[in-house]
Amino acid sequence: MARYLLRRLAFLVVSLALASVVLFVLLRMLPGDPANALTAVGASDEQIAAARHAIGSDRPLPEQFTHWLGQLATGDLGTSFVSSLPVGPEVTARLNVTVPLTLAAFVLAVLIAVPAGFVAAHKRRTWYGALLSGVSQLGIAVPVFWLGMILIAVFALNAGWLPAGGFPQDGWAAPGDAIRSLVLPVVTIALVMSASLIRYVRSATLDVLGSDYLRTARALGESFGTAMWRHGLRNASVPVISILGIELASTLLGAVVVESVYALPGLGSLLATGIAQHDYPVIQGVLFVSTLAVLLIGFLADLVQRIVDPRLRGRLSGGAR
Amino acid sequence: MSLRKTPLYAVTSAAVLSLALTACGGSNGSGASGGTWNKNATVNIGSLYEPQNLDNTAGGGQGVTEALNGNVYEGLFRLTDDGDVEKLLAQDYKVSDDGLTYTFTLRDGVKFHSGGELTSVDVKYSLEKVLADDSQSARKSNLEVVKEIATPDPRTVRVTLSQKSISFVYNLSYVWIIDSAAKDLKTGEDGTGPYTLDKWTRGSALSLKRFAGYWGDAAANQQVVFHYYKDATALNNALLTNAVDVVTSEQSPDALEQFKRNGDYTVNDGDSTTKLLLAFNDKAKPFTDVRVRQAVSAAIDDKKLLESVWGGYGKLIGSMVPPTDPWYEDLTDVNAHDVAKAKKLLAEAGYAKGFSFTLDTPNYDPHPTAATFIKSELAKVGITVEINTITPDEWYTKVYKNHDFTATLQEHVNDRDLVWYGNPDFYWGYDDKQVTEWVKQAEAASTTDEQTELLKKVNRKTAEDAASDWLYLYPQLVVAHKNLSGYPVNGLNSQFFAYDIKKKG
Repeated sequence: MARYLLRRLAFLVVSLALASVVLFVLLRMLPGDPANALTAVGASDEQIAAARHAIGSDRPLPEQFTHWLGQLATGDLGTSFVSSLPVGPEVTARLNVTVPLTLAAFVLAVLIAVPAGFVAAHKRRTWYGALLSGVSQLGIAVPVFWLGMILIAVFALNAGWLPAGGFPQDGWAAPGDAIRSLVLPVVTIALVMSASLIRYVRSATLDVLGSDYLRTARALGESFGTAMWRHGLRNASVPVISILGIELASTLLGAVVVESVYALPGLGSLLATGIAQHDYPVIQGVLFVSTLAVLLIGFLADLVQRIVDPRLRGRLSGGAR
Repeated sequence: MSLRKTPLYAVTSAAVLSLALTACGGSNGSGASGGTWNKNATVNIGSLYEPQNLDNTAGGGQGVTEALNGNVYEGLFRLTDDGDVEKLLAQDYKVSDDGLTYTFTLRDGVKFHSGGELTSVDVKYSLEKVLADDSQSARKSNLEVVKEIATPDPRTVRVTLSQKSISFVYNLSYVWIIDSAAKDLKTGEDGTGPYTLDKWTRGSALSLKRFAGYWGDAAANQQVVFHYYKDATALNNALLTNAVDVVTSEQSPDALEQFKRNGDYTVNDGDSTTKLLLAFNDKAKPFTDVRVRQAVSAAIDDKKLLESVWGGYGKLIGSMVPPTDPWYEDLTDVNAHDVAKAKKLLAEAGYAKGFSFTLDTPNYDPHPTAATFIKSELAKVGITVEINTITPDEWYTKVYKNHDFTATLQEHVNDRDLVWYGNPDFYWGYDDKQVTEWVKQAEAASTTDEQTELLKKVNRKTAEDAASDWLYLYPQLVVAHKNLSGYPVNGLNSQFFAYDIKKKG
């Protein structure tokens, strides 16, 4: 296990290094010049050159890259071109919104999807089993911003129970307000996420239900519940865990839409602003931190899978079976 | 269907690139509606324009002017609702006979928020900050006539200009007077205004608190919080749920109906200075020919376009000059919509069978909508329009810097920006010796009457020449809760004075 951990960690570091190269290079292939955002309209060529020099975008790319890596090594995400303010504290502040939002939505989605998916499989011939399947199918087709708008219209504009958007200026120092402002965004993400999760849980459960070992267990006299608990659950959870990892990662990255609909000062909105202004340090900072998060989530998912399923332990990367 | 939606990225990009060439008019008004109000109220203001940082010479953007101009920082002069200039931190000033030396006497007993007293040294520092090499102030080029700044005593500032500049005092209304001892101006402040900065939470909100040591009348409210939104719908929802009391600039015409029908809100239709232009490259064929430009202007039904984008709001303009500029004249009759005339002009210019051209169109609303409309209008007179969609950044490089275009669309946000037609090197390439001369004379004029007379001539001449096609003037819509009064309603492209806002209850 220790050897596996080491190899898996090395894999993580190499992935992160590759990702940062790709990130850096792709960003600089975008058309446009960040110096334009830094100079007054009508600036002379000298002024634009001075602005380029000030932010270092006139230096050769490899030099810029090593400079950035050097900063990263010391935990510094650099300074925004546009605001001249450090990126690190800004990213941290945004994570205070995005991380609770993503995790809460994830937990809620699991709480909805696991029982619902199980019922949809186990009771697939009843009307409510079929209904659950149908609803989850429909849910996959629902765009997250649309659901957000509907929830705002119903619960904020009409009922007035919850805020329509925004996050308290005092942040988590006002915990009640902070939680209230995250309720609708969390529900929005959780509903959309659970729609696809239900389908995975359902198909994993169906596999198990039709399996020989379950039939054998039943033939040996175990009740359905005991057989499911002792043999079924563990087997069904392996593919679901890797899906959960992917879902969690994509929610973290996809929060940009929900943050926009609910006017939340999260990582996504920072990224959107950064992109509009060619603010490379901001874009790099956000993408680097999210890449790191995604890789870590993948790492954790692998680890959990191996704990759950001993058969995977001989392999480096335990994906879906 | 109304068509001006604000996509996520458009707000920021438009804020960065809308041509902030001179400046825009500020204002203050909307008479208090009587009754009692709460002197300790918190006024929540909703806006789409978050500052990048808090320094208006370091790329703070439109949002920093909105939140801090007049509220936290003050200039020697202030621009009133009518676009007039009044004295603020300058108690008095004298101009020498040759018009080159301005002597300002500072108001006595003005204190900075950090406690220091305002002196002439701070004024010199503040002016030099705008003129510095690394300054990103939109004002910078207007103030480059400043040759020397002297501070003979703590209450006197003497500025010498290299040439006469009638707009000098007007331009000073945009120069913040900052404590020369101030340290962090990007996330902090040290001004003289009626509010101090309370807290700025980036990405979310900026709050201001009444300054107890203010030299003038204290603000009519205790606290002001600017709440920032990226999405116009989210902003409207905030207003509907009382999360904000007033929206500084409504950008979503679709939403207006719900506020108009609802008795709890007031929709204020103020005067804006933002013009939507179909800008020809007057140095590129076929727009070198005045008749072609006139024909295109006459072929497009601006009224129908305005109606489709803004419903009943906004105004038609016949030139670059909005009604709030002193040299305004109604020129909507010049090159008015007339398809028959357009065809005749085209035939005279040798384009009886029409021609085709590429229209460089910024990718955010309302430009794509306007482009499609123009394409269909011009098709009726035989002109084929190829729409080329570009990003704000490409626009800046291709059109603005390299003049590599035939025609383009752009919003010009500022007041008093007619004078750019006097600059033959400007992106639209309008080159008329007489106009250039008039603009130069106007700036060197001794009286504002003389300046106004000259610029009226420029106005008429550029309109007759169809130097550009001025499609319409944007509406300036402030939507507020009924319990609010005293908020500014006009020319709000940048400023939003909050100190007179009274809130009931």
